[in-house]
Amino acid sequence: MLAKRIIPCLDVDDGRVKKGVNFVNLTDVGDPVEIAAEYQKQGADELVFLDITATNEQRKTMADVVEQVSSQVFMPLTIGGGVSSVADIQRLLKAGADKVAINSAAVNNPELITQGAEKFGNQCIVVAIDVKKNPQGEYIVYIHGGKMATELNAIDWAKQAVEAGAGELLITSMDADGTMQGFDIELYQKINQVVNVPIIASGGAGKVEDFTEVFKRADVDGALAASVFHFGELTVNDVKAAAKKEGVVVR
Amino acid sequence: MFAIVDYDTGNTRNLIKALDYLKIENKLTDDPNEIINADAVILPGVGAFAAAMAELQKRDLVNVLKQVAANKTPMLGICLGMQLLFDSSEEYGKHTGLGLINGNVKAIPADVKVPQMGWNQNRILRNGPFNIIDQQFTYFVHSYYADCPQETVVAGVDYGTFIPSIVQNDNVYGMQFHPEKSGKVGLELLEKFQGVVEA
Repeated sequence: MLAKRIIPCLDVDDGRVKKGVNFVNLTDVGDPVEIAAEYQKQGADELVFLDITATNEQRKTMADVVEQVSSQVFMPLTIGGGVSSVADIQRLLKAGADKVAINSAAVNNPELITQGAEKFGNQCIVVAIDVKKNPQGEYIVYIHGGKMATELNAIDWAKQAVEAGAGELLITSMDADGTMQGFDIELYQKINQVVNVPIIASGGAGKVEDFTEVFKRADVDGALAASVFHFGELTVNDVKAAAKKEGVVVR
Repeated sequence: MFAIVDYDTGNTRNLIKALDYLKIENKLTDDPNEIINADAVILPGVGAFAAAMAELQKRDLVNVLKQVAANKTPMLGICLGMQLLFDSSEEYGKHTGLGLINGNVKAIPADVKVPQMGWNQNRILRNGPFNIIDQQFTYFVHSYYADCPQETVVAGVDYGTFIPSIVQNDNVYGMQFHPEKSGKVGLELLEKFQGVVEA
């Protein structure tokens, strides 16, 4: 059986790992290579690096970070943030990324998903979707780091992204993100009904039970978290031990 | 020296990084002499079967790899590189492979998510240098799998069907997963292959 993946996420700003709450109020928590090595020790199944304040200058720094991390840490690495062209995808894959996450650029230009999938294979194209509920209770897609609402319904967009060639979806609930009150189960259940690629749930992890719950109730393939891991409130091992006890297959 | 076959298919950087980390001397090359004279040959690969075979043919490497096998030089195919070792593949049509291991490459049944992407738990079926993989999880990314005779299967995982994870015919080995991405156990498996080479 394929194991459910526990994925720490490292938000990177100019070569350093940061984590904001609800996408603002950044706090420096450290060096990417050091943190990645620690997570490998803890049993993380994969790491996601998001370049959160990508300028052209800093994007080059990001490729260096990927290069360094992938020389010391031997597990799958997904890189996102500011990826807007086939050349961006290629540069990150070349630096050592296994998968590249596309967010705003995929919304603005869905063709980029297809181009990336055709050139590098759909297994390395992740479409990242930031989602917020509107007052009517509909899931709406946000872009530009959650700052700009679109008119897209998140469930429809998830389906469309997979049809365009996405090999995996990384879905962040902006409402849940930073609250530590658990994942948005309903969101992942809905998306899992319409796509047949792996889904990574993100936003809301606060305690070990939150992970077990999203695996059991929404059958997502991976669950991602940052703050709870970065600040040492939970370790990946804690999460896995609890999930295993509840019959979830973990590594 | 390990020759890593350079035929322009997918990312070989991470494999090189893992071998460098283990201090295993390696060289990325498409030079027939370097490949034939290497202590071991690694055939990596990501992408589609037919395109990969075409790239090997373009570089006249099909016969070189057959010669490597005939010389009894240890050879390791990884992921698509493993699939190329077989007689044939059904990925987008029927294509001929290197024919170094009996079997045919087929699509993973559609009742599970495809590609299989993530960590799956191996069980050993035949004792040998890779016994440490038993019960361990390794990292897989693939949509096709090898349907091959039981005597060629060293280890396997379950994903929709039984999927061989390590295969072997004499000096020719294949790993469906990515040892260079499988953490500690992956690095140990590469060291075990080095042990086979030095034996």
